[in-house]
Amino acid sequence: MKRRLFQRELEPAELLIRGVHVLDPRAELDEERDVLIRSGVVAELAPPDSLPAPAGGEVMDGSGKHAFPGLVDPHVHLRTPGQEYKEDLRTGTAAAAAGGFCALIAMPNTSPVVDDAPVLTSLCDTAMRQAQVPVGFLASITRGLGGAELTEMAELRDAGALGFTDDGRPVASAGMLRKALQYQRLCGGVIALHEEDPGLSANGVMHEGTVSARLGLAGIPSISESTMVARDSAIAGYEDARVHFQHLSCVESVAALTAAKQAGARVSGEACPHHLTLTDEVVRSLDSRFKMNPPLRSEADRRALVEALRSGVIDCVATDHAPHARHEKEVPFEQAPMGTTGLETAFAALYTELVLGGELELAVLIERMTAGMALYDLPTPRIAPGERANLCVVDLGARWEVGAGGYASRSENCCFDGRTLQGRVLLTLADGGVAFRARMLAAAEAIA
Amino acid sequence: MTAKHLISIEDLDRAGIERILDRAQSFAEVSGREIKKVPALRGRTVVNLFYEASTRTSSSFELAAKRLSADVVSVRSTGSSVDKGESLKDTIQTLSAYDPAAIVIRSPHVGAASLVAGWCDASVINAGDGKHEHPTQALLDVYTLRRALGGLDGVNIWIVGDVLHSRVARSNILAFRRMGAEVTVTGPPTLIPRGIEALGCAVQPTIERLGEADVVYVLRMQHERMHESFIPSLREYAARYQISSARLAPRQLLMHPGPVNRGVELSADAIDSPQALIGEQVKAGVAVRMAVLYELLVGTPILAAVA
Repeated sequence: MKRRLFQRELEPAELLIRGVHVLDPRAELDEERDVLIRSGVVAELAPPDSLPAPAGGEVMDGSGKHAFPGLVDPHVHLRTPGQEYKEDLRTGTAAAAAGGFCALIAMPNTSPVVDDAPVLTSLCDTAMRQAQVPVGFLASITRGLGGAELTEMAELRDAGALGFTDDGRPVASAGMLRKALQYQRLCGGVIALHEEDPGLSANGVMHEGTVSARLGLAGIPSISESTMVARDSAIAGYEDARVHFQHLSCVESVAALTAAKQAGARVSGEACPHHLTLTDEVVRSLDSRFKMNPPLRSEADRRALVEALRSGVIDCVATDHAPHARHEKEVPFEQAPMGTTGLETAFAALYTELVLGGELELAVLIERMTAGMALYDLPTPRIAPGERANLCVVDLGARWEVGAGGYASRSENCCFDGRTLQGRVLLTLADGGVAFRARMLAAAEAIA
Repeated sequence: MTAKHLISIEDLDRAGIERILDRAQSFAEVSGREIKKVPALRGRTVVNLFYEASTRTSSSFELAAKRLSADVVSVRSTGSSVDKGESLKDTIQTLSAYDPAAIVIRSPHVGAASLVAGWCDASVINAGDGKHEHPTQALLDVYTLRRALGGLDGVNIWIVGDVLHSRVARSNILAFRRMGAEVTVTGPPTLIPRGIEALGCAVQPTIERLGEADVVYVLRMQHERMHESFIPSLREYAARYQISSARLAPRQLLMHPGPVNRGVELSADAIDSPQALIGEQVKAGVAVRMAVLYELLVGTPILAAVA
């Protein structure tokens, strides 16, 4: 099988996590276990405090902590190549590991755009040297994200592309999208879509509603997204193509996705932590960290997204981690670039707001935060004997202030900055190696 | 307790607005004297930073500061380092070196004034930030109306025209409501922002019921709106929404923030009619802006101590 995830080789973990509460919804496992990892592979799941310390390995006290399958994020911007002042593969994957993620899919709207095989090949090589967690790459659908000419999709697939997207921009022309979907029969690969009708979103900078009316900011109406979800679902159904809708933000899009799934179209959708927890009310502060595309919408939209995530209409969580430098965001709201970072806060934000808030069960949250890779035909992390160790250990009781201890990301434009969240990642194992370890654990007892 | 900045009408409660208007009234008397100066801000510096073209707002702020004996520095975006691509933050840090007591800022961008307030120690006065707010315009309009009517309680005010692109409309709706007036907005449906009712106003699609208004406040209709297809033509706009003497009852007062497009949103006969307060609005500008500068930089507690 062609290699589609790329990372730096990590030393295989030799580790016993004692008495940790393992929650793997797909295995219907929700109990305390000793988790033994040998040579980077889950060797044994045994009753708590039953396993002896492994020779030459480390023992971690897991009591009072939870272990989840490693989280996966099918939508991040790692900014390499060309915008390394915002983020690079090293810092972006470090942020991912700090957030409990064991695999990522990076978007191609870099500089240059990932629109030909040499750029992609060089990016994969860089990931093999720098990425702390496995990263897959999408290539662009159209050259230079211009919306006018298809990329060499077949060659890009051979070079390792997981799929295609013009993320950051819609494929405005229905005819162009149709050609890409037809071409998918030759080359495979999921086509992921940023849905926005530019004629409706125009020069908008936030959700169109009472808050935009008050602030005098140009609005982006919900229908600019939902009409495109409906349009492209119809085209995908007609061509029997596989399409994934990125960062859905509004109740109308949920309705369009529901209808498309009921009609049998091969479509899936993702939602972002910020859309699931925040509304346009926070934009009253005019803090540019709350500026993203699609924008934060109304409370009714937020609730519809949570319900769709719970029911499975929306298949998975994606962060749309979008780092920007401080000087780019320290400008009036209308001039600031769109985007928030999200890898380091995704789990804690969703756990605090949705699970502790009583809107979503923890097991469902974990299922949706680990579902993104399967949508791109990649394996889903599991905590089971014989599997590579892809897991995170989390202290669900720990409260922390976002940003107080700095960020692993190179950028600090996080929409949760300054908030107190609950749930802290202590350890992340990605593809068998330790990708992240909280500072307080660095002094963990080593057993000879 | 007085506020440090004037960014939004929401920074002021009704008592705060009335305090400023009362003080403006006493400053209006200063403007009637031969020597039009008081020493309130002697030795202090006021920076006027204008990123957009402006005649009446910039000149009245400059006059207001000078009549309070402040040293005034006026910076316009054209011909300054802003023209050379300097960021707003860097410009503010540069100007902060002069230790200004107040920075008056006009910007094409929403929220610029509140950002500036976070970047320096000066009092910041919003002289218009994009389509967001223009609080001193609202104050001078309330001042003008209060002089004409005695008060705004129960007064029915209609705001007519391009509400979507108007910072004046937003500040004025809020200020008129705070002062007890009822506000209705009307204009082409393409130029009425969805959700504007949340500011506390009613919306009417036509001027059919304009007769209910005690005050008709007309907004400027910019020519470029036609090219952006918000309206099919200025001719059609004028046919449906232009305020003329024929469309006004003699008891109704007419206002406009200026500059007027004669023959578009207002007919010539309406502009020159005795019920128009447009000249009064301009005259009020200096006294009200003196009062705002005084309120922020000197404030009530010190005045009380002096008295």
